[in-house]
Parts: sequence; structure tokens; C-alpha cells
Amino acid sequence: MFYREAGDFKTSYASDNQTFPIRFDRLGYFTAMVVAFLVVPFLINDYWANAILLPFLIYAIAAIGLNILVGYCGQVSLGTGGFMAVGAYACYKLMTAMPEVNIFFHVLISGGITAFVCVLFGLPSLRIKGFYLAVATLAAQFFLVWLFNRVPWFYNYSASGQINAPERTLFGIEVTGPNTQAWATYLFCLVFLVGSAWIARNLTRGMTGRKWMAIRDMDIAAEIIGVNPLKAKISAFAVSGFFVGISGALFFSVYLGAVEVGEAFGINKSFLVLFMVIIGGLGSMFGSFAGAAFLVLLPVVLKVVGVDWLGMPTDLVAHLQLVIVGGLIVVFLILEPHGLAQLWRVAKEKLRLWPFPH
Amino acid sequence: MKKTFVTAVAALMAAAPAMADLVFPSLSYRTGPYAAGGIPFADGYADYFTLLNERDGGIGGVMTKLLECETGYNTEKGVECYESTKGQGALVYQPLSTGITYQLIPKTMADDIPMHTMGYGRTSAANGDVFSHTFNYPGTYWNGASGAVNYLLESNGGDISGKKIALVYHNSAYGKEPIRTLEELQKKHGFELSLLPVDHPGQEQKSQWLQIRRERPDFVLMWGWGVMNQVAIQEAANIRFPMENFIGIWWSGAEHDVLSAGDKANGYKALTFHNVGRDFPIFDDIQKYVVDTGKAAGAGDQIGNVLYNRGMYAAMLAAEAAKTAQAIHGTADINASQMRDGMEALEITEEKMAALGMPNFGPSFTVTCENHGGPGLVGVTQWDAASKTWSLISDFKPTDMEVIGGLIAEDSAAYASENNIPSNCK
Repeated sequence: MFYREAGDFKTSYASDNQTFPIRFDRLGYFTAMVVAFLVVPFLINDYWANAILLPFLIYAIAAIGLNILVGYCGQVSLGTGGFMAVGAYACYKLMTAMPEVNIFFHVLISGGITAFVCVLFGLPSLRIKGFYLAVATLAAQFFLVWLFNRVPWFYNYSASGQINAPERTLFGIEVTGPNTQAWATYLFCLVFLVGSAWIARNLTRGMTGRKWMAIRDMDIAAEIIGVNPLKAKISAFAVSGFFVGISGALFFSVYLGAVEVGEAFGINKSFLVLFMVIIGGLGSMFGSFAGAAFLVLLPVVLKVVGVDWLGMPTDLVAHLQLVIVGGLIVVFLILEPHGLAQLWRVAKEKLRLWPFPH
Repeated sequence: MKKTFVTAVAALMAAAPAMADLVFPSLSYRTGPYAAGGIPFADGYADYFTLLNERDGGIGGVMTKLLECETGYNTEKGVECYESTKGQGALVYQPLSTGITYQLIPKTMADDIPMHTMGYGRTSAANGDVFSHTFNYPGTYWNGASGAVNYLLESNGGDISGKKIALVYHNSAYGKEPIRTLEELQKKHGFELSLLPVDHPGQEQKSQWLQIRRERPDFVLMWGWGVMNQVAIQEAANIRFPMENFIGIWWSGAEHDVLSAGDKANGYKALTFHNVGRDFPIFDDIQKYVVDTGKAAGAGDQIGNVLYNRGMYAAMLAAEAAKTAQAIHGTADINASQMRDGMEALEITEEKMAALGMPNFGPSFTVTCENHGGPGLVGVTQWDAASKTWSLISDFKPTDMEVIGGLIAEDSAAYASENNIPSNCK
């Protein structure tokens, strides 16, 4: 009825190729942006920021990063936790070594450093594929965590091995440290998320993204038609690492404020982000958002419903949560291997035809 | 889903208790690799407040309310728990995790809510001049490290120079905490220290114990928690390490840690800052008012367990601090800021503990603005596998405050200058 292309004429190449070709989608996108930037900051409180929105924004950046590597370029990675740790520790070292530089640039540089590290660990991808690559990235995960635990320079020789984010401001407003306002941290992360998603979306639909997808679909065929696998794979690792590094830096500096590498960036984190990408949908920007939202919100919703509404014991709810999340992953893999993004796509197809499907 | 969620949170906000309750959040963990320790502690903490409600009608006539929130020993969930409970009038936090403690130290300071990290967390928080909202009385990890060394000195005729001591520790902020003190004490007493980190969660310790078997240290100290303890004690038994030379910190000395190794665990020692066993009048009251009426937090089978006692002890100290706060501010309905004042003026005497039905349960001490760490008296307990009981074999004795005090001053000064923290005690 309202969701259709009829009458929506494209008169230029640019308008034909825009991200949201359907007017309704475009409106939805602009509404979401207005709400996210102009409405939410006025409504947000500490609970919403720290328990729901910050983790969602940060995990969405990580999921976008991993999706580029796994979903678009087809290179399986289990090293996300380790790469997030690189971002976090890079950010910490930069924050403490150069306090005069703005935190915004520290986060960006942390992304750059992570991109470099990610490329180093991505080099084996030129020789090995599939499961073997997964194992190689798993080695990166364990190596990096071990490194940050082992070398005291990374945590400035603190007695406990913890890193703590000092207070840093942007335009005179605190964005890290304990005295932050909920809206400030939220907007800070939101800017990074929107920027990341915008860059990632435009990369993936351009030439770079097509090369990645060609490699993913069949690397030999891609090589024959002139895609350089070295450049394609390395660039995917670099871009992926950049976003994952940004998310790690934000995760440490803005969200948690104090981090211990083994606990915050362990193998569980790698799996969590991988599940987000798989549940959300491989090779889909929307999927990265949906997956992150799903896995961040689900435990909170289950807790609120179970403990606060039904008054169930906390341990029972925690166990149920494991069962439900595990069950949902299995259900998704069986019923909809392409994830939430595919569900959304199907819904959109149906909507286009509705109410006259024939 | 989003809509459900909005309503859910709205309901949550609306369900905040009437301000007439004294709210004690319990960030517990009854799941995950650390649950074996988390469950008895959480039960003890909850049961004591239930007892106060049932027997005395709360504290100073105001009922207590316990908000339990499952963290799974995970810092992210800990933050979520903190944010979701702090708006509900939370008086004092006990995160029972060094990782979550590090998160909450700056946050509690900003939100003006006190935090009690009893025998864990950041040791230098004992300096109340810097860490205004963090309390770690009656003892810290550095007291523990020194207490262990003192005990070894005492049992070896005052000289352990040239002896080898190995530290098996959980490779995290928690496990690394004693290293600095042990290194200082190493210089002072001339023993050789070797460090053996065990990664989370600690089920894999073959290589560490192989190293112990090769290096043959005279004594092994352990900073372990959760499943790591059982594995370590089993491994020690497997290499036939003499158990009486194996000393765990207070988080490595509960029944469940040693039971799985059976008779081989006999003689294993652990440090403690409170008494063990269930020969205290308070347990009769708990049995009568809490367990028999079906209001116990757990199955009621943990009473007298080391960690149950510790959880109850933590609750007792919190309740006494609340009473102190009520007396200072002349109001029964205290808030978090007043609770902090109460904790800072807390005085635990032998008479007080006896009146509460807990004679000689812990050391008597006074908290001051400068000293949030208490006296740091450390006792030693030993496991008897035949009778399946822990018994106190060395009374609560003072530790090397000369070394520890210097380290606390140094570390807290570094924190204060890093974070521009003004002096709390003027």
C-alpha cells in the first residue's frame, strides 16, 4: 500500500543507486537519525545509556567490522576479542601518553593501529582458508590477550594489570571517566557508529566491496577476472580491524572505564560478536545492527521479565537466559540461516505487494 | 520487542520501593565458574537481612530490602546491575569481584554511594583520604600476603631466608594484587618468590604444577577463586605436595574447594579474617526465623560454611554501619551518603559482636576517615578431611603494616594524582 516503488521515478544514476531507493525507507532512515540525534539524548538516563544503548552502539560497530571480514569477504575470524583489546590498549596508551590530544583522535588512531595489527594476523589468509584461517585467527585472539596480560608496558606497570580510563573531554564536555553525562557518552558513540556505518556501506557497494564479495563467492574466479586477492583480502582485514579497533577503544574508554583484558576481551567476546553477525545476517549492514540489538537487548529483557516482573530467582533467570539464547541461535541457523536481515528483506518483499499479492 | 521493553522499564521504574526501605543490593553470582563461591556468600548476605526483618523488624525500625542481581562475575553485567539498582535507593554495594570493584570505584564516588569490598578489591582503597567511598575493612589482600608470610616465619622459627615460595594466582587484577607486597617482603625476609599465573577460569593447571614439582618450592601460596581452587588442590595432591605447606588466601579456603580432593586435601591451610564453623548463637536464630519459616535465600544447607559465614559477616557489618549512620544523622531512614558516614564511623567491639550472637567472630576494629582498611588482622585455618571441618589454628594476628602502609600510600597517591582526587579528610 504505502511501501512501494510505483511512482518513485529515478531520473539519474545517483538516485537509482542510492542506499535507500524506496521513499518510505528513506523517510524511515531520516526519522531514525532525527530520533537518535535529537530526541534520545533528551530522554536518556544512566541506566539506558550504560545498560542498553552504549553496549548496543559499540557492539554494532564491532559487528559492522566483523561483517566486512566474514560476511563480505568470506574470511572467518575468531579474533575479534583480541582485536578489540588492541583498540582498547592502544586507546589507553594514547590517552595516558598524550593527554593533550583530543579523545576523538585517540579513538580514530586506535582504530588505525588495530587495522595494522589485524593486517598482520590476516597475512596467513593469503595461504589458508576456511576452518584453517579460523584457527589462525583464534591464535591471534589468545596471543593478544596473553600479550596484554604479560607485558606490563601495556598497562603502564599498574599493580593489578587493570587499565583505567582517565577523564577526557570533547568540547569541554566529559566523555570518559566517572563524571560523564549519559547523553554525552551516547552521542559520542553514536557519531562513531553512524560514521562507521556510512563508510562501511559505501565501501561495500563500491568497487572495493565488489572485490571482497567476488573473493568470498569464489576466489579463483575472482582472480581470473582480475581481482587481486592479496589487495582484496588485506584491505578487508584492514577495514575490519579499523572498525573493530574503534569499538574496542570505545568499549574500554567510554563504556566500561576499567578493563581487564582476559575478562573483557576473552574468547567469549569473539564468539559474541560472531553470533551477532550470524544472527543479524552475513553480508548485511542492517544485519549488523539487528544482531547487536538482539544480543544486547535479549538478556536485559529476559532479566526484566524474569526477575522484576515474575519474581523468579536470579540464578534461574541467568540459566534460562543461556538456554534461550542458545536455543534461538540453533533455531535461527535452521530456520533462517541468513539471519534477521533476511527476515527483514522478506518482510519488505511482502510489504511491497501487500495487499494485492497476485 | 522494543515496545515490551519500554513497558518493562517503565514498570521497573514504577516498581521502585517506597523510600521507607533500607535497600541493600547484592550483586551475586549463582551461575558460572565462580558460582560455588558466589552462592553461599549471597545466601549468607541475604539470610542475615531476612533475620533482621523477621526478628527485629529491620534496622532501627525500618525494614531492609535486598535487591539481588546476577552478575556471573562478569564486569559488563556488573555495570548493568549497578545502573539498574542505584536508582532504587541502594545504600551500599558489595560487588564480590575485584574486576567489578575497579569499575565501580570511580562511579560510586561520582554517585555518592559507598562500596564495601570486604577482603577483596583494590587494596590501596584502604587509604580513605583518597578513596572516599570505598571501604575494605577488616582486611586487605596485602594484609593477607603479609599474614601468610608472618605465619610461615612463625612456624619456621622466625627465619625463612633462602626458602622458596611459589605464588599460584588467578591471572587477573584479583590474583595480581598480592605480588607487590610479596616482592617487598621478599627483600625484607630474603625468601625466593616465584610467580605462577593461572588463566581464567583455572581448570587447566598441569603446567603450573609441573613447574612446582620441578622447582620444589618449600611453600605454595594461592590466590584462587572458583573452580581454580579445587583444581589446584587436586593437582597439589597429585604431585604429593605436602598440604601443610600449601596456604590459600581467604577466597581459596571453603568447604567446596577441598571436598573434591577427599582425604588428600587433609592439612590444607587458608587465611581468614573471620571465624569459621557454626557454633555461634546467631545460627540458632537464623535456623529459627529464616530457615524454618522457609524464607532462606538458598536451600538452607550452606549455614556454617566458610563463605556463608563471610556473607553473613558482610551483612552484619553493613547493618551495623547503617545503625551507626542512623545514630549520627538522627534519622532511621538514611540515604547512601549518610550510610557512607556510618561506615566511616563504624566501630566493632567484642561486646557488640557478642550481643549480636557472634562472639569472637571477627576482630574488633574502628574505621576512621584515613583508614578504610581496618586493622588487617589475619588468622589461619586448617582443613581436617576426616571430620570435614575447618578450624582456626592461628588467631587473628597483626600484619606488617610498615611495609603495607608504605605501599598503600604510594599506590593511592598515584591514583589521586592520575585522577585529580581532592583529599577526603580535611
